[in-house]
Amino acid sequence: MYEFNFAPVLAGLDRLLVGAWLTVQLSCAAMILGLALSILCALGKTSHIAPLRWLIDGYIEVIRNTPFLVQIFFIFFGLPTLGLRLTPNSAALLALVVNFGAYGTEIIRAGIESIHKGQVEAGTALGLSKLQIFRHIVMKPALRTVYPALTSQFIYLMLTSSVVSAISADDLAAAGNDLQSATFASFEVYIVVTLIYLGMSMGFSAIFSVIEKAAFKYPLSR
Amino acid sequence: MLIRPFGWNEFWIIVLAAQWTIALSVIAFAGGGLGGLFIALVRVSDAKWPRLAATGFIRVFQGTPLLMQLFLVFFGLNIMGFGINPWIAAALAFTLHAAAFLGEIWRGCIEAVPSGQREAATALGLRYFNRMRYVILPQASKIAVAPTVGFLVQLIKGTSLAAIIGFTELTRQGQIINNATFSPFLVFSTVAAVYFLLCWPLSVLARRMEHKFSRATKR
Repeated sequence: MYEFNFAPVLAGLDRLLVGAWLTVQLSCAAMILGLALSILCALGKTSHIAPLRWLIDGYIEVIRNTPFLVQIFFIFFGLPTLGLRLTPNSAALLALVVNFGAYGTEIIRAGIESIHKGQVEAGTALGLSKLQIFRHIVMKPALRTVYPALTSQFIYLMLTSSVVSAISADDLAAAGNDLQSATFASFEVYIVVTLIYLGMSMGFSAIFSVIEKAAFKYPLSR
Repeated sequence: MLIRPFGWNEFWIIVLAAQWTIALSVIAFAGGGLGGLFIALVRVSDAKWPRLAATGFIRVFQGTPLLMQLFLVFFGLNIMGFGINPWIAAALAFTLHAAAFLGEIWRGCIEAVPSGQREAATALGLRYFNRMRYVILPQASKIAVAPTVGFLVQLIKGTSLAAIIGFTELTRQGQIINNATFSPFLVFSTVAAVYFLLCWPLSVLARRMEHKFSRATKR
């Protein structure tokens, strides 16, 4: 019978928590930048310039139909041959942003399409500028509509970010790998790391539902 | 180290490695399909404790990274005395992962069948098994096709993580060729292109079916 030995894992818990903090930072930064990229791409898809639309469609299809691990290998090992050399952490961030952007664009586009044309026309009739219409009439209700999809995409992003340990970024999974090779208590290390991930995804779910109640409490349209 | 150029030979080695990606995906999808059906049925059953256990199983698999699930099965099998075997570990881990996700998808599809159908079947004297077999599941399966194909794409992409535990499928073969040729740009473009050719038709199919279904059910 195997005897579990959690003592070396608990001794290295501080290193795991440092890794967990980087996972949180990496995920939040990727979410914010990825969301900006998504909004730009969703706007670009409404453009009259056909090649721009094709380019964005191509980007979305390529990212959604290839594994994240291959994308990060391509960015970390492939781009230096073109002269773009990145540290593991910045390659990880770039890969997560590019990956999130493809899924986010579709989510944001669905939100924008849910806004009735009459709303925009009403805004024009009230004399609002294009930017004001986009911000208050299109984006805010659209974000509320897609909020649940965006938050679950964020949780998925955070879980996916564990893959960046494959290029030795400093995230939680990589901290787990280091501790594992130092202690040889592989199963115990990964049990604890997995529990930290579970705690983080449950924690973020809770935070998101609090934000939803606070930010989107004005009444829904009938 | 001898660096050899990336030629047709290396290209075909990568393309042929797709068979192991496909094999792993098929095993996980078949095993996960059986497990997922079981999980979905438990999730909609009246038995409280099994239902809670199935919910917990789904929550844990949806709330933790696939990579960690893979590591836990890999090292877990080792400490249970089965030795290090990437094939068995990968097959088992992806099967469990697929069972949890398909279970949750199919639960939603079963619940989407209007409750009047179940009541009518009960009124006709059908017991649980026949009710599920002849009334609920045939209707639920129509709703389930598009999201199931969508998950299959996610599963095929997910099998790339097996490369990290040393299972030689498409991604791992790409790494091996890259170590020999040192042409990461060509190697990983080829690997990505093969994944794209596997996944894209399925994505298009899922989208078409979803579109067709939403038009068919629109009143």
